[in-house]
Amino acid sequence: MPKVKIDGVEIEVPAGITVLQACELAGVEIPRFCYHERLSIAGNCRMCLVEVKPGPPKPQASCALPVADKQEIFTKTPVVQKARNGVMEFLLINHPLDCPICDQGGECDLQDQAMAYGFDRSRYHENKRAVPDKELGPLVKTSMNRCIHCTRCIRFATEVAGVEELGATGRGESMEVTTYVEHALSTELAGNLVDLCPVGALTSKPYAFEARSWELTKTESIDVLDGLGSNIRIDTRGAQVMRVLPRLNDDVNEEWISDKTRHAIDGLRHQRLDRPYVRKAGKLIEATWDEAFGAITTKLKGMDGAKIAAIAGDQCDAESMVALKDLMTALGSPNIDCRQDGAKLDGPRGSYIFNAGVHGIDSADAILLIGSNPRTESPVLNARIRKRYLHGRCAIASIGPVADLTYPVERLGAGPATLRELTDGKLGFFEKLKAAKNPLIIVGMGAVAREDGAAVLAMARELAEKLNAVREDWNGFAVLHTTAARVGGLDLGLVPGEGGRDVAGILAGCEKGEIGAVYLLAADEIDTKRLGKAFVIYQGHHGDAGAHRADVILPGAAYTEKPGTYVNTEGRVQLGRRAGYPPGDAREDWAILRALSERLGKTLSYDTLAQVRSRLVSVNKVFAAIDQQVPGAWGPFGKAGTTTDAAFVSAVANFYMTCPISRASRTMADCMASRAHLMAAE
Amino acid sequence: MASLDRTARAFLLSELVAGFALTLKYMFKPKVTVNYPYEKGPLSPRFRGEHALRRYPNGEERCIACKLCEAICPAQAITIEAEPRDDGSRRTTRYDIDMTKCIYCGFCQEACPVDAIVEGPNFEFSTESREELMYNKDKLLANGDRWESLISANLQSDAAYR
Repeated sequence: MPKVKIDGVEIEVPAGITVLQACELAGVEIPRFCYHERLSIAGNCRMCLVEVKPGPPKPQASCALPVADKQEIFTKTPVVQKARNGVMEFLLINHPLDCPICDQGGECDLQDQAMAYGFDRSRYHENKRAVPDKELGPLVKTSMNRCIHCTRCIRFATEVAGVEELGATGRGESMEVTTYVEHALSTELAGNLVDLCPVGALTSKPYAFEARSWELTKTESIDVLDGLGSNIRIDTRGAQVMRVLPRLNDDVNEEWISDKTRHAIDGLRHQRLDRPYVRKAGKLIEATWDEAFGAITTKLKGMDGAKIAAIAGDQCDAESMVALKDLMTALGSPNIDCRQDGAKLDGPRGSYIFNAGVHGIDSADAILLIGSNPRTESPVLNARIRKRYLHGRCAIASIGPVADLTYPVERLGAGPATLRELTDGKLGFFEKLKAAKNPLIIVGMGAVAREDGAAVLAMARELAEKLNAVREDWNGFAVLHTTAARVGGLDLGLVPGEGGRDVAGILAGCEKGEIGAVYLLAADEIDTKRLGKAFVIYQGHHGDAGAHRADVILPGAAYTEKPGTYVNTEGRVQLGRRAGYPPGDAREDWAILRALSERLGKTLSYDTLAQVRSRLVSVNKVFAAIDQQVPGAWGPFGKAGTTTDAAFVSAVANFYMTCPISRASRTMADCMASRAHLMAAE
Repeated sequence: MASLDRTARAFLLSELVAGFALTLKYMFKPKVTVNYPYEKGPLSPRFRGEHALRRYPNGEERCIACKLCEAICPAQAITIEAEPRDDGSRRTTRYDIDMTKCIYCGFCQEACPVDAIVEGPNFEFSTESREELMYNKDKLLANGDRWESLISANLQSDAAYR
């Protein structure tokens, strides 16, 4: 551990870090533009100059200089101050003075640092350079006059997103950041470029000119648009969600979020259910809560419990799911399911979570993807795998869909037959997995959400056990969920009870008339045509497939409008917080179920959110461990059996539209059109 | 002695005489009152009266929706909403001032980077109803058009000191 002296204070720092990082450890602030913790070091903005002894008698770029023992670092000397002022003046020579119309205004690194290190007027009276703006797709708006050439965007696209599409042409003043040939960025992480840009050169297109950073209310919450449970910050103005930004969590999403997480929020403004509806003479008529509950009560009173069924959707919070489960139990119905896609997951907790944890990817040294395309299913997790790949010495192979995952993947085959061969050790990759210290087997929904899913799952378990991937210190069996509610639902036991029907059974029952009433808790991904003549109660926030078929609609709250508990794919329980209130008469979902239960004469035993949360803990202890990944129990699961020859297909064919919110989003529609255009051009 | 002096002053009405003398003196001095509304007092070019949104000489509105006035307003009387206009420029879709909240501090015109929002020389804008004091963008732009010559003259005369 080298000992360095920073501004006269001695401090011991880890070996191999840079002078800038050492200063940060010592609590000394160093201004910077190009340096970013998660990107490679470029050292081209020169803002981080410090004086270092021993060394040449000139200021040095601290971001690119490794610390050495007995080094003396000076950050406040006149030389350093003059250097910083000089660099700032040079940066501002070509930077336009358009802060008032710049969306970065108020949260701009250049603005802040110009206040601290800048000069209050310009000595430059010549013409500023003008750079044509670039077209980077429907999410990133460019204003290239403002660019200070820090190259963070280029490094992000190349390193993290894995699309080598951004680059720079020209040198010095004529340097331009560009895509060479004009086209939209083909990455699902484009929104992060906007966060990275220290100036206003890259800003968010859907959010353009809509609000200022200082007028937004910030709420820390959890994303539900994929299974990763990214930590987000929801910025609202009044009742409207203006934007979503990532929140730092090294264990889950680092500091990235996908474009869907960030930009599907305009879907929250369209097609909302803001009042109850009751179907009368084939038409949905606006109603009061009382009328809606009355219609449900008349239908359900006296109905045999076995004729009632419930399906929980993909974005439900744990609170509403436990209320649904309790209500169904009270009504005597075993027909409840949270697996709309029919995934054959119901074993011990270890069988349905991403046991290794997202951060576990960093220590894996051989990765096998089964029936998964992580790039569309969870782009941030895919970026993590890419990070692992870049780190080197990690073999990655895939059985399933062919896709460009931004890193090289050895494709072993398409379906269960290949998995069988691999498990039996007939494929070369088996040896690589066997030799690996921490093999990671990622099972996608494409592998288990099919008729022979249980058999595939059993094979994956067999493989994991053969590889000794499940040990005390490492559990390399990882299920990659595509939905935010699934793990929570399985934790709460939203699977068919004794003699109950699963989703396929419920739909078949509806067609045959064996099921009289179906409660859809924001469930839109089922084939609603198969609901037959059943009485359908839909509780949710969007007028999507479920609501169109419903006989009674109960308006619920979207994830930004209610405090909710979500369990992500790695089994981490996280709390989402309320950023606004649901529109019109819509209410929090668990409260709707609680109110309905009273009308049905089966009053649930909780009245407040705190009581629901303690009910969650009494159902499953994991809900007590907020923000922690509780390891799952391991045991026999899956069912050995015959498999079909059908190839695995990814559960997410279209990344941009997977849920009612993203389907209602115009931005997502624009992204789809742009991507389709890009594909056609290739 | 003091009581005698007081009694004498009381009987000779000396205070009354002094008072009338003063009144008489002012009868021969020039008047200080003006015949409002037919006459008006002088106004400083820095006078902070009714708000107006100005335009450039070519008719383009100056306001660029930077929201600095909204941010600085201590009475929170200003409400702005913005979006890109068809030509891609940043413009307000809504610019409201609640004149019943405004305290006429003039911070908005000081914050404005393009001299769009100004407090003009007009102080005669009383209304018969409260609603009329909720100014919207049209009203403010109309004010600007109406007072532009005076406003720009005032700004020019004060420019040296800004």
